[in-house]
Amino acid sequence: MSKSVLSLRDVRVEYGGRSVLEVPALDVCSGEVLAVIGPNGAGKSTLLQVMAGLRSPGAGVLRFRGQTVRPGDLGYRRRIALVLQDPMLLDASVLTNVTLGLRFRRWPRRKAVGRAMGWLERLGVAHLAHRSARTLSGGEAQRVSLARALVLEPELLLLDEPFSALDAPTRAALLDDLQGLLRETRTTTVFVTHDQDEALRLGDRIAVLLGGRLRQLDVPERVFAAPADAEVAAFVGMETILTGRVVAVENGMALVQVGSQRVEVPVTAGMRPAGPEPVPPLQEGSEVLLGIRPEDVTLAPGETPLLPSSARNRFRGRVTRVVPQGRLYHVTVACGFPLVAVVTPRSVRELALREGREVVVAFKATAVHVIRR
Amino acid sequence: MEVVLEGLQQALWLILRRDPAVVEITLRTLQVSGTATLISLLLGVPLGTALALGRFPGRRLVVSLVNTGMGLPPVVVGLFVALMLWRSGPLGRLGLIYTPLAMVIAQAVIAAPIVAGVSLAAIQQLDPRLHLQLLGLGASRGQLVLVLWWEARRSLLAAAMAGFGGAISEVGASMMVGGNIVGQTRVLTTATVLETSKGNFDLAMALGLILLLLAYLVTLAMTWLQQSGRTG
Repeated sequence: MSKSVLSLRDVRVEYGGRSVLEVPALDVCSGEVLAVIGPNGAGKSTLLQVMAGLRSPGAGVLRFRGQTVRPGDLGYRRRIALVLQDPMLLDASVLTNVTLGLRFRRWPRRKAVGRAMGWLERLGVAHLAHRSARTLSGGEAQRVSLARALVLEPELLLLDEPFSALDAPTRAALLDDLQGLLRETRTTTVFVTHDQDEALRLGDRIAVLLGGRLRQLDVPERVFAAPADAEVAAFVGMETILTGRVVAVENGMALVQVGSQRVEVPVTAGMRPAGPEPVPPLQEGSEVLLGIRPEDVTLAPGETPLLPSSARNRFRGRVTRVVPQGRLYHVTVACGFPLVAVVTPRSVRELALREGREVVVAFKATAVHVIRR
Repeated sequence: MEVVLEGLQQALWLILRRDPAVVEITLRTLQVSGTATLISLLLGVPLGTALALGRFPGRRLVVSLVNTGMGLPPVVVGLFVALMLWRSGPLGRLGLIYTPLAMVIAQAVIAAPIVAGVSLAAIQQLDPRLHLQLLGLGASRGQLVLVLWWEARRSLLAAAMAGFGGAISEVGASMMVGGNIVGQTRVLTTATVLETSKGNFDLAMALGLILLLLAYLVTLAMTWLQQSGRTG
């Protein structure tokens, strides 16, 4: 693992006598995007405020590049930048807003304007520079808010649900651009979201926060494929996450090589609904993550011949695990890759599902959730 | 109705003729109340801001005192300031009683709580997340306050207008600490009172109208400032 930029140790935040955040250990590594996911009220924003040095933890330490950060530490605050869900722009011109952080750092105006224009350009909103920030649309305002943070070229960028107030096409377009900028600048980033898609798109690692506790911290594939516990599993929903590469495109379908198998998905999968610049269809060589929800997978006895079916993806495999979860069973099948299916107790009985049982798994091409990397 | 019309006529006449006594009283009114407003802003805005942002024991008590102060009876202020400045009073050696400066002090005491109260509400009305955002962009405590004032500038101008209104319309305290001395401490309100008591209703009416006009023009200028660049 690369060098830790920010580390939290035994951090505990209490509010009204109740513990709202407990993080025994968390490190943000140089150049990575750490996505923090969790439902509303899980303590994500509290965590981010602690990381920003804006909220003092009742207990524990925050270290930035080895130095202890005291709450309110101005020197530390001037090395990071924070973006909130609401853009919180000042009632002034866009340019004044974007130069604000640089002016706090006592940059001369001319120099600050030059750098601000560069970042407005990179976020595609340079034409708005002299507009009043009050006249912007939601998407424009959030782009300006991102420019205002990125212009500081922070050593650590903290994003608190920056897209959740935006409509789907605007969100998708901004997500694309941010992904590109973060990759290009290698900015160390903590990205808080309740949206698993966003986390998968941006996150190099994912931290799952439930009820104020850090429940799992791992690469996306493992968080989704091997949730630490039942609650994490219930929150992430998608249990099968596969990395693959498109090896062929024919008749509107893309074949994705995953382990020793090929999974068929529509070439239009993962395209954004209606952005200003639509993403092109999947092409040969595209790197993708495939998410398959366990309820979309059907199981048949292993003796079944692989007859043509509307479920484009059919594989022979062997059951490796049967775990009861609530009133249902989660069955893991090794079929060239691990695939999780959820079935009723009756199916478990009738198909005699147990470890080692040969089965045929099937899921529709359109049930595959494609996330472009 | 006749008195009103005659007053109006005489007011116009006095203005057009630039009656030296009236011009002098008007300028002094502007000077005294303007200075008092300025002082009340210097005291009231920081106090209101500190009360809006600060967390300290007894904060609520201070806020309630400021709110009460917004309706402070000028006569009580006049009495208190007069007692302080009276030749035998604690500040008597300064020799301020019956000077314009004494009136400035009294009017500033009246206007400061108004300014503080409105400023407090103005700063409190800003989204608390704005503080987080500004601190998260590296603002120092002082820079945070300056930006918050910028964001609340329209409400702060309203505070200035309210403070000026309180100062310029006040008569009791000015009379008590200024003494309504011709050529020295006579202002529009005290002159109006005097002329009314003498039965010169038309002159009183004229002075009253000039006072109204003055208050209106100053407020108009501030309103223009307040509403400029407003986008909706």
